[in-house]
Amino acid sequence: MQDNHNNESGSIGNKTMEIATAFIILVFGAVVMWDSNRIGSGWGSDGPESGSFPFYIGLMIVISAAVTMFNAFRSNAEEAGEFVGHDELKLVMAVLIPSIIYVALIDFIGIYVASAIFITVFMVWQGKFSIIKSLSVAIPVNVFFFFMFEVWFKIPLPKAWLEAQFGY
Amino acid sequence: MEEINALFNGFAVALTWQNIMYMFIGTILGVLIGTLPGLGGANGVAILLPLTFSMNPVSAIIMLSCIYWGALFGGAITSILFNIPGEPWSVATTFDGYPMAQKGQPGEALTAAFTSSFVGAFVAVLMITFLAPMVAKFALQFGPAEFFAVQLLTFCSFVGMSKEPPFKTIASMMIGFALASVGMDSITGQLRLTFGSEELMRGFDFLIAVIGLFGLGEILLTMEEGLAFKGTEAKINAKVVFQTWAKLPAYWATYIRAALIGCWMGVTPGGATPASFMSYGIAKKFAKNPEGFGKGDIEGVVAPETAAHAAGTSALLPMLTLGIPGSPTAAVLLGGLLIWGLQPGPLLFVEKADFVWGLIASMYLGNIAGLIVVLTTVPYFAAILKIPFSIIAPVILVICAIGAYTVGNAMFDVYLMIIFGIMGYVFKKLSYPLAPMVLALVLGKMAEGSFRQALLASQGDVSVFWENGLCGGITALAILLLISPLLSKVWGMMKGNKAAA
Repeated sequence: MQDNHNNESGSIGNKTMEIATAFIILVFGAVVMWDSNRIGSGWGSDGPESGSFPFYIGLMIVISAAVTMFNAFRSNAEEAGEFVGHDELKLVMAVLIPSIIYVALIDFIGIYVASAIFITVFMVWQGKFSIIKSLSVAIPVNVFFFFMFEVWFKIPLPKAWLEAQFGY
Repeated sequence: MEEINALFNGFAVALTWQNIMYMFIGTILGVLIGTLPGLGGANGVAILLPLTFSMNPVSAIIMLSCIYWGALFGGAITSILFNIPGEPWSVATTFDGYPMAQKGQPGEALTAAFTSSFVGAFVAVLMITFLAPMVAKFALQFGPAEFFAVQLLTFCSFVGMSKEPPFKTIASMMIGFALASVGMDSITGQLRLTFGSEELMRGFDFLIAVIGLFGLGEILLTMEEGLAFKGTEAKINAKVVFQTWAKLPAYWATYIRAALIGCWMGVTPGGATPASFMSYGIAKKFAKNPEGFGKGDIEGVVAPETAAHAAGTSALLPMLTLGIPGSPTAAVLLGGLLIWGLQPGPLLFVEKADFVWGLIASMYLGNIAGLIVVLTTVPYFAAILKIPFSIIAPVILVICAIGAYTVGNAMFDVYLMIIFGIMGYVFKKLSYPLAPMVLALVLGKMAEGSFRQALLASQGDVSVFWENGLCGGITALAILLLISPLLSKVWGMMKGNKAAA
């Protein structure tokens, strides 16, 4: 749902964002309708077919998105204001992009190591803490989570090389 | 008095040392969740839910509902001391709470807020005690058509009562329904909207949506506002508490009005947030000196807090009796009941009376525990907010990721959580309401089931929904609520024309 239509000032306008979001919702609704129609959206031998309820849900999504889009097109871009300014967008991306990388890393190095790296990097980069200070938060927090989930509650989380060294 | 007997049995169930311990743990966790940005009642309970699967249901629901009470209390702390509402329902508390703290009365403001929360919750619990068994008994006569009508009423009232544009409310709600129908159709066994993906066959778990929408989404929004928290010290001692308590009975009329608004808005799914604003507005209208409002009037703290807590608590009434949650957090608790194999609805009162009355009794005890906890520990929680956001943000994101993973032991859910987070951020900024989506995601399968059963019974004749007076009345009310934004617009236009002429 991310949209990068920048206008001149380097910020994203509310009007652009409204239209883009409504468009994505409209496509989603259309897909729901299309797939429901494929599996049957009428009245079968045993009552309403599987697709009938979702078909009308999809229809309502399409209608409401179309109305929202129509309203957005009619609105004045100046009056609608900006969705997010350049500086705010940078701050939001400063959380979002590391989070995506962090989540992608979990599969390879396990959740505890990935979390420790994520917390450390974030603290050093955004909070301007020293590496020592950042590690002294990241490591205890994750050791605590490790004991809480693997030892006390016996809920296994994704693990990799490091945990294997301790026999987990 | 049947209810009183049942309630005392409930106290017997709830009052074990173990449960009291869970009560205090729950409240402390809840206050913590309520004060931290990015963790709120709904996603806090969602994250902790998987940890309770191994506990017995009574203890688990006591702990989880106490987290909810704690979060309701906790929202007030940040509003008053930092002018940052920890929860959406405490926005109205900032109007007078923060000015009071700045005038050097943070203790008075906090005491007033906590006490009002307690009073609001207490009134709501009293109402649940006496009204819930009646509603449940009445609902025992409901067939699929009536259930669908009640669900329709719930969703239509969202459209009618929310401040967001009606078509955005409908879009958000329908997206929830569409996501709920992904996976296997429980009636015919057919796969729907999976597009051949194995991951999608399991369907969308609403807990993932809650963690993403309210967790990551909230962090992104907080990030935008910058990272600094500036606040006042929390000074609170026994003397201030008793002095404030002596002042509060003078506002008895405000309390009654606020509690009534709260109970009404909680039972109908208006929710705690509009209840708090409405109560604030009405208190201002009735006040002797409305000029004082917004500058640190204690009544401006009493009114929204009482209503918010009354609404938050009474949201559990439709959840227990009809299986329809009145708020996102109640929806998460309902999800928990389903996981423990308890089907909320009228039969729960017959089949699992111990459980229901244990829960109701724990509401009385949990709110007392909550009041004690917050009054004694406020300075510590205020200190937590002094921790820089650049430490809190990554730790909360890690908790969200772990929470998302533990729901179904799947990495796919963690990726989904990120997508829901981005969606939550965009939707919030464009004023698409999130609560209807979550409720639709929870109730989707149930609503669809009762809709199809009703149609099956009537051989596809839609008139089944207004066949008898009860069902027809509810359906008519639902449609009236649905078109109420349109009606008020037309009325406004007519009035405008008259003024122009």
